[in-house]
Amino acid sequence: MVEQAPWWSALLLPVVLAAFAVAAAMFGSVLTARTAGTAPGVAAAAPLRSAAGLLVRQRRSTLAADALLWRAAGVVLLLAGVLASLVTPLGRWSVGDLPVGVVWFNAMEVVAWAAVWLAGWGGNSAFGLSGGYRFVAQGVCYELPHMFALTTAAIGAGSLRVADIVAAQQQLWFVVWMPVAFAVFLLTVAAMAFWPPFDHPLGLDVAGGAASELSGVDRLVFLAGRWALLVSGSGMAVALFLGGGSGPLLPGWLWSVLKTAAVLAALVWAGRRLPTVRMERFAEVAWLVLIPATLVQALIVSIVVVAR
Amino acid sequence: MWQQIVFWLCAAGAVASGVAVFRVDSMARATFALLASFVFAAVTVLLVDLAYLGVLVLLMMIMEMVIMVLFMVMYMMNPAGLMPMTMVHNQKGALGISAGTFAVLTAVVYLVDWPSSGAARPADPAHALGEAIMGSKMLVMIVVGLALFATIVTTVVLATHRGRYDRYGDRLDRRSPDDPVRGGVGR
Repeated sequence: MVEQAPWWSALLLPVVLAAFAVAAAMFGSVLTARTAGTAPGVAAAAPLRSAAGLLVRQRRSTLAADALLWRAAGVVLLLAGVLASLVTPLGRWSVGDLPVGVVWFNAMEVVAWAAVWLAGWGGNSAFGLSGGYRFVAQGVCYELPHMFALTTAAIGAGSLRVADIVAAQQQLWFVVWMPVAFAVFLLTVAAMAFWPPFDHPLGLDVAGGAASELSGVDRLVFLAGRWALLVSGSGMAVALFLGGGSGPLLPGWLWSVLKTAAVLAALVWAGRRLPTVRMERFAEVAWLVLIPATLVQALIVSIVVVAR
Repeated sequence: MWQQIVFWLCAAGAVASGVAVFRVDSMARATFALLASFVFAAVTVLLVDLAYLGVLVLLMMIMEMVIMVLFMVMYMMNPAGLMPMTMVHNQKGALGISAGTFAVLTAVVYLVDWPSSGAARPADPAHALGEAIMGSKMLVMIVVGLALFATIVTTVVLATHRGRYDRYGDRLDRRSPDDPVRGGVGR
């Protein structure tokens, strides 16, 4: 069903992710314009304009910044966001169909912990550092529910290979009998990409948090990395819970694209509708509600798998 | 051929970043140099086709090092690397011990007459090894796991600054806990 694409598909992967990211950023910008009552046509180009602006702007430096770790942060975040999609199939093709694809995805996205903390630390600024610490606190909250959601899909298919998980959904999409895992997965994808409402690490109350001192191309790379994470998470949600590229009439790759775009649009839309969640509140919700809920979901799925 | 090249690159990278841990004087740099060393080691594990183990080393080490860097910055004498601070203590003794350990281990590798097996290589060596180590001792492992988890919970309960008597009163009769910061569940 899902097969390994030729080696040059690895070169296409960043292009596909970038296309999704730009389209989603434009969508978000148009939504903002509609709320504000300004021209949507101008707003659609706003993300490209601001990206070009960041590209040509000279970057600020701060006193006694740890330049090596600071610059590394954005590059590592972007790299991890792209590599996370290595195992996500687009229709029939997967760039790298690893036997432990789910674990690979998880390992790549956890790189964000290091990257965001480094971005906060490197600038030698108190605001930046508190943003970095906030993200690690957030990470401790979202990571376990996220892992249990991933595990639930893997249990349902009896395999850690993403291709097997997609194949196991031929009859019934996993979202139908693992709704809790799917909801928690979407929630934690937003938290992982510090996307609103989980954007406290980049909060306005700390002058932009981890990204407060990032400027110019560094900021562009860091924000691109955040988009890559969000797109990768949406793509994986489609593969794990929404049947991958399966669907009537249209070819598989188009179904993958449409479903990923729908998930991404939902995340972008929801992020604009919900107020920022503070760490100390999310911690209690994550540990007292999300972890038990995902554990019960995993238990139910395990019983079904053993019983059938 | 390419595996040889990748292996030696990773081996050299792991040693170099391991050395860097003790050469830099910033806790953040030391921790992330250590992380780089672990990542290089994980790639060598991937090279011998232990995909799960290799990716797991990556996953665990990144999480561990990010947690560790917080504690390093909190507790070490020179958090920000603004003052020079040596990362090595008992330098001569440590050098002697590590050189001796290296010599002994290398000697063991070459001098011991390792047994060889005539049995064919199983299809999934990692699975076979897991069966051999864990198969008959699963019950013990489960009990050990429970004991470890109980230890963690006990440690947290003993170490926590505010217990249930602080939150719910001496008779535990307060309806909503008296917390300095309200959590997200609405209590």
